[in-house]
Amino acid sequence: MSWIAIGEIDDIPLRGARCIKTPTAKIAVFRTADNAVYAIENRCPHKHGPLSEGIVHGAAVTCPLHNWVISLETGAALGADEGTVRTFPVRNDNGRLSIALAEPALAAAE
Amino acid sequence: MTQKLVIIGNGMAPGRMLEHLFEQAPGLYEVTIFNAEPRVNYDRIMLSPVLSGEKTFEDIIIHGDGWYIDNNVTLYKGHRIVSIDRNARTVTSDHGVTESYDRLVIATGSVPFIIPVPGKDLPGVITYRDLDDVDAMLLAAQSREKAIVIGGGLLGLEAAAGLALRGMDVTVLHVMPTLMERQLDPAAGYLLQKAVEERGIKVITKANTKRIIGTDRVEGIELDNGTIIPATLVVMAVGIRPNAGLAKDAGLAVNRGIVVDAGMRTSDGDILAVGECAEVDGMVYGLVAPLYEMARIAAAHLAGDTKPAFVHSDTPTKLKVTGINLFSLGDFADGDDREEIVLRDATAGIYKRVVIKDNRIIGTVLYGETSDGAWFNDLKKKGADISAMRDTLIFGQAYQGGSPLDPMAAVAALPDDAEICGCNGICKGKITSAITGKGLTTLDGVRAHTKASASCGSCTGLVEQLMSLTLGDAYNPAAVTPMCTCTELGHDDVRRLIKAKGLKTIPAVMQELEWKTSCGCAKCRPALNYYLVCDWPADYADDYQSRFINERVHANIQKDGTYSVVPRMWGGVTNAAELRAIADVVDKFEIPMVKVTGGQRIDLLGIEKEDLPAVWADLGKAGFISGQAYAKGLRTVKTCVGSDWCRFGTQDSTGLGIRIEKFMWGSWTPAKLKLAVSGCPRNCAEATCKDIGVICVDSGFEIHFAGAAGLDIKGTEVLGLVKTEDEALEHIVALTQMYREQARYLERIYKWAKRIGLDEIRRQILEDGEKRRAYYERFVFSQQFAQVDPWSERVSGKDKHEFKPMATVGFEAAAE
Ligand SMILES: Cc1cc2nc3c(=O)[nH]c(=O)nc-3n(C[C@H](O)[C@H](O)[C@H](O)COP(=O)(O)OP(=O)(O)OC[C@H]3O[C@@H](n4cnc5c(N)ncnc54)[C@H](O)[C@@H]3O)c2cc1C
Ligand code: SF4
Ligand code: SF4
Ligand code: FES
Repeated sequence: MSWIAIGEIDDIPLRGARCIKTPTAKIAVFRTADNAVYAIENRCPHKHGPLSEGIVHGAAVTCPLHNWVISLETGAALGADEGTVRTFPVRNDNGRLSIALAEPALAAAE
Repeated sequence: MTQKLVIIGNGMAPGRMLEHLFEQAPGLYEVTIFNAEPRVNYDRIMLSPVLSGEKTFEDIIIHGDGWYIDNNVTLYKGHRIVSIDRNARTVTSDHGVTESYDRLVIATGSVPFIIPVPGKDLPGVITYRDLDDVDAMLLAAQSREKAIVIGGGLLGLEAAAGLALRGMDVTVLHVMPTLMERQLDPAAGYLLQKAVEERGIKVITKANTKRIIGTDRVEGIELDNGTIIPATLVVMAVGIRPNAGLAKDAGLAVNRGIVVDAGMRTSDGDILAVGECAEVDGMVYGLVAPLYEMARIAAAHLAGDTKPAFVHSDTPTKLKVTGINLFSLGDFADGDDREEIVLRDATAGIYKRVVIKDNRIIGTVLYGETSDGAWFNDLKKKGADISAMRDTLIFGQAYQGGSPLDPMAAVAALPDDAEICGCNGICKGKITSAITGKGLTTLDGVRAHTKASASCGSCTGLVEQLMSLTLGDAYNPAAVTPMCTCTELGHDDVRRLIKAKGLKTIPAVMQELEWKTSCGCAKCRPALNYYLVCDWPADYADDYQSRFINERVHANIQKDGTYSVVPRMWGGVTNAAELRAIADVVDKFEIPMVKVTGGQRIDLLGIEKEDLPAVWADLGKAGFISGQAYAKGLRTVKTCVGSDWCRFGTQDSTGLGIRIEKFMWGSWTPAKLKLAVSGCPRNCAEATCKDIGVICVDSGFEIHFAGAAGLDIKGTEVLGLVKTEDEALEHIVALTQMYREQARYLERIYKWAKRIGLDEIRRQILEDGEKRRAYYERFVFSQQFAQVDPWSERVSGKDKHEFKPMATVGFEAAAE
């Protein structure tokens, strides 16, 4: 696992998200109303909708395609729906953000 | 291979049959329906509330147009089948359409019986069977003159009550000594007559019609005894006959109705019959409960399960006249072998009678107080021995077991298999288990899942009691539906309080109105954002994080996460330079799909989010602005070529459409808003299914609104005719502003209009010039802040973060 700097917290709008591109996956980094930061895979467990485009409320995001609600803390779908997306640890040092990626997420498929 | 199932008649019985069939054997048949009535399947039982004004036709539709599309059913509206060719296995309609079948279902219902007296064919003499009859009655009622209803049965009395409510002076003629004599004993019939007369309806019993008077149209009726009663409308409601002529012509066995076995098969095994036209075991039926049973059985047989068989059961009768409660069930004629128990309470207007044979209930009549109907029905059905409670039986369930119970306890005490909804044969256990199992909390939810109370509605009270029993305090029927789980308040209250308390930000709304969550959810935030944009155009800073992605990035997200881009094409008009610019953009960005939309413009699909600003920059150079094809706001104004080109055109429809679009673009509305302008009543721009439409005529502009052509299909309502283009624009703008200020978020204009009433809208927009002007001006004011092209803003750098990834990591490693 390696920690990689991704930018400043202010790069992300309050109650919003930005994307990180990696060779194997897109990761969505969220900033909630109370300035907590979470990173999850940008791929809804339902039909792969881009979660970074959803509306952020509390510590959850509503998928823009069919309105599943995904917990930013656990990556699990809330309510009646079932499914989970990968989550990634995020560190916030006075506004400087980095995320932890396992090596396979970094390496391109050969 | 799928087989062909053809159905003749689109009434309540085959509608229910298809629901069962699609559940049991989806895809087994390709279904085609021919219906003589030019409409979808609706709840015929509820025509009386439509007549009285308590419901609208839209309220009683069972299967909207969308249902037929979803289930791949071809429905020929207004096609009467005139022949069945059993050798060729085809049916042919009066419009000449011939369709072949593997299995055929005849469901032609009944025809009203017309008494053969002179004058029966005069205009103004009608029956009571379908929506056309209701429309004819409503038209006649506008005159507020005299009407006669022949027949004092269920149908006749409902018609009389409806016409009286609509302001007509109504007389009911009934041939027997008491009303509804087939369902009520004379004592109850007498009480009913008093109640009917209290509603200002005259009742003449033992009245034999001799002839209907009139030359060009009906003028009155002459009775046997020489009495003449004047009237401009005569409604015959004297009974029905199974509509079996078509089957008879085809050589099927027909007695009173089309003879079927307990599996609903006619004498030809490939042909089934269901509904009022069918005769099973010597019986024909005129109430939906047994017809729904036929539907269930026919569906099972069509699905290949031949075990289920139809069994007769008595259906209780109830009269659907608001304020009159009566219940009748089974056999209540006097007889030596029977015993009866009667309760009368003249002051309270109550009469109850239970007929008993061999210690078992065989019939019940309840008048004035009918809440024990379900209980008596249950005892009768089960053949329960009542000897132990004979003395208190008539006082109802509440008095059994010593102390009187309250009505809730009475419902609680009903066994699980007690029937609650007679029409659909739904028992208590099924309802309670659906409530708990499916987490239902509203009456509509229970109706959707169980069908209980979804037909005639007379068991609604019982169902509501069951809901409060099962849900406890969680069920509160009077409560408004909250906006979402973040608040107890409904949309209307929130809108009102935003204005009243001067709340101008989302956090202020949430604080003042005591939101239960810290920052709302994906349901309430976009709604609040819209309400604030609409109510405080000059003060409120649009909160983009509370908008859906499409409105945030000004393009439409597609299933693969790419976007589509639709530039505005004013009134659907374009030119070579614009088309060339679009072509260049398509080449440059390798856009995979170019599509002409339903709104007369061009859609570029499959664009990566990061490319959007560059695409817009190029389009902007050619003069394009955003078409807002993603917005809950003004979308398109479709036009036809109008008087400039078309030989039928009466006005410059293209010019007016462009003018409206240029005036209104950029405005946010509760839900999307689509307009159209047609140059003449041929209506090539399809203006009569739009949110707002204009039909140009020689004398001016007919303004329409509240149409729909999506999940629901609905023709527009007419707002009114205006003379000039300026007036047309002012009316359309004012109507839009009224809708913007009053509707709930995501509520299309036709739903809003239905909720607040067409007359109210006409009053404020058409008749009250001052109100209209004020709406118009508020719209114009808010447009100063709304008419900013979002594309050029973003080309100049606004919201850059939306279109770029925050970081790109790991690619160096991969390159090694
Ligand atoms: C005003 C009113 C109130 C009622 N109230 C109650 C009530 O409270 N409780 C209750 O249980 N029942 C009530 N009923 C009766 C109930 O509505 C009927 O029993 C039920 O609708 C019959 O259903 P069906 O499918 O057999 O026939 P219908 O619903 O009558 O449908 C038959 C359809 O077939 C079409 N058709 C006929 N011939 C042809 C042909 N040759 N080709 C193509 N199409 C054809 C007709 O146009 C019609 O649309 C009421 C009826 C009316 C009119
Ligand atoms: S609606 Fe009338 S004016 Fe317009 S194109 Fe059609 S026929 Fe011509
Ligand atoms: S474009 Fe419209 S009609 Fe077509 S699939 Fe999508 S939502 Fe349905
Ligand atoms: S893809 Fe996310 S809800 Fe369907």
